[in-house]
Amino acid sequence: MLKNFKITTAMIFALVVAGFSSSASAGVEGDTITLGSAISLSGKYSTNGLHTQRGYDFAVDRINSRGGVTVGGKSYKLAIKYYDDESTPARAAQLVERLIQQDGVEFMLGPYGSGLTKAVAPVSEKFGVPMVEAEGASRSLFTQGYKYLFAVLSTSEQYLAPAIELAAAKAKAAGRDPSSVRVAMAFENDPFSLDVRAGVVDAANKYGMKIVIDDKLPADLSDMSTTLTKTKALKPDVLIISGHSKGAATAGRQIEEMRIQADIVAITHCEAAKVHTKFPNASDGMLCPTQWVESSPLKDGMFGNAAEWNADFKVAHPSYTTVPYQTAQASAAVLVYKEAFEAANSFDQVKVRDAIAATDMETFYGNIKFSEAGNNIAKPMFMRQISGGSYNAIITADDMVFPRKASY
Amino acid sequence: MLDNLQLLFVWAPIINVQIILEGIFVGAIFALVSYGLALVWGVMNVKNLAQGDFVIMGAYLTFTLSKYGLHPIFSLPIVLVIMFGYGWLIYLLIIRRVIDNDMFVSLLATFGLSLVMQQFMNVLYGPEVQIIDSKLPVYSMFDDFVTVPMAKIISLILAGTFALIIVIFMKKSRMGQAIRATAQDARAARVLGINTDRVYAFTYALNAAICGVAGVLVSIIWIFQPFYGIQYSLRAFAIVTAAGLGNLPAVIGAGFGLGLIEKYTSMILGTEYEIAAAVIMLLIVLIWRQIHLRRSRQVVR
Repeated sequence: MLKNFKITTAMIFALVVAGFSSSASAGVEGDTITLGSAISLSGKYSTNGLHTQRGYDFAVDRINSRGGVTVGGKSYKLAIKYYDDESTPARAAQLVERLIQQDGVEFMLGPYGSGLTKAVAPVSEKFGVPMVEAEGASRSLFTQGYKYLFAVLSTSEQYLAPAIELAAAKAKAAGRDPSSVRVAMAFENDPFSLDVRAGVVDAANKYGMKIVIDDKLPADLSDMSTTLTKTKALKPDVLIISGHSKGAATAGRQIEEMRIQADIVAITHCEAAKVHTKFPNASDGMLCPTQWVESSPLKDGMFGNAAEWNADFKVAHPSYTTVPYQTAQASAAVLVYKEAFEAANSFDQVKVRDAIAATDMETFYGNIKFSEAGNNIAKPMFMRQISGGSYNAIITADDMVFPRKASY
Repeated sequence: MLDNLQLLFVWAPIINVQIILEGIFVGAIFALVSYGLALVWGVMNVKNLAQGDFVIMGAYLTFTLSKYGLHPIFSLPIVLVIMFGYGWLIYLLIIRRVIDNDMFVSLLATFGLSLVMQQFMNVLYGPEVQIIDSKLPVYSMFDDFVTVPMAKIISLILAGTFALIIVIFMKKSRMGQAIRATAQDARAARVLGINTDRVYAFTYALNAAICGVAGVLVSIIWIFQPFYGIQYSLRAFAIVTAAGLGNLPAVIGAGFGLGLIEKYTSMILGTEYEIAAAVIMLLIVLIWRQIHLRRSRQVVR
């Protein structure tokens, strides 16, 4: 019995040692470039974490099947080493350190969400490891002076500002002064939503619009009836709400219940909360921001245009009826790496970093060009309007059904 | 803030009707959850930190049943029975082992239970926010200024009926009498031949069932997510502590009171202060009671 036990321990020990030595592979070994990512596969961000991972993997498969990445005349395959960060920032930071130090990963892809990106960015920065991220939109990521952090998506203060622009355009078209537009807004008290709020406030101030309601919502939101009661009493022209999926679900439910009529209603995360199917009446005419629209005409040599990427992804993953933009931008992040490796023609981290910083390209996801701070400044945020349960892209103010007239 | 006060009392006083109604609807659910907590706390001296998670579990059970096409209102008896059984099971597995220990053991045990339940629901259903469409109509008054969803009226009626049934049950039935006897003096009850172990099991199971009913109501009027239990636990604790144990009418009164206070706070200061209102109410009650206690002690001296 005791002998058996000893043998077992010895075996486990040997396995652990073997595991360590084999996992300590270099970032680029043989003909494989290994990227690393801590991603949320369990915990509260697991759904979006999975969307992100699928986007990364889809791009890796496509790039590998089309000749891989050519550096110094040699063709390399891409691979990604993942760890599950359990949706917790501290764990994500640990895992990124492990990826860099133990697994020898030299190039990182981002985790899901602003909070986790904020946790891991200092780590990759410390080791001088470039990180291209696709899911952290918070403005505050790009005010820290990070040199190695790049984001392909639009930052969060741009999310709902287009709604104000649309309201101003509609006011002008009706012969009204945009400053006569009255805005009601409610934002969750978290970094992301407050960024969104800052963008809306800037836009509203630009036109001199009056903000009549400016409520903050709690993190565990399930009831915002008083904010909507105020809305009913004050009758603003524009109603803007942001509070992740729970904000969208609560707003959808209670806007329907309380029969709110406002000319423009704009909400983040409508798709994630499925407001278009759960609240068909209230959601009709709502504006929802998106990082990416399938009808975007921009294209690249690897994926084609947005519609082609969308169709190909659905073939690879038939379970998706609509593909979330989180997946599209994850694919775009991998594409940035391919281009940067080839432009740098080297795997030197500083050279690759400089090549990423110099990126200026058109992709199926949109134009990508990074500012000094690392955020993508070439791609606008898009608005879509829910109409009869489907999402229509709003490119100009004329595409919009205005005023929103929900039938309750 | 001034704007909001003006809005309430000068510009559109009609919205007071809406806010009072909302406060009553919310209060009914709080009262129900607190009632269960007061029962367990008073009878067994167990402070059940998993209270809110029982509510969310009830909501998810309704969610599962609604996938099979069952209307939430009709799934109520099923949820009630399942939760009753679940409560009994939890009593046998956990609570029975900690009931004779001091307060902290039961606090820790139920806190652990709460974490396990949250994560289990997260694994089973995912972290997405869920809602159930009860497909009930919405009534509107004063030219859409005040709207009352049928779902909330039904939940108010159900909460009231259920509370009434429990009150009658506690007064009239043998088990109810046994529960009250055990609450007063467990040892004496045992001497008189009451199986207190069974009484405890029944009380805990009854509490789980009450929470389950609250969960059904929550599912049709709000939204829920695996980690939303804490807000119901917190409010239930505030209400029970403020109202005092063993004073069930006061618990129900405090439930409605908190509902109204929350809605008015949220109207005047903003929605983010809603839950702060619960804690501040608790604080004020405790301070007031302390002052009161001091005074009466001085008289005794």
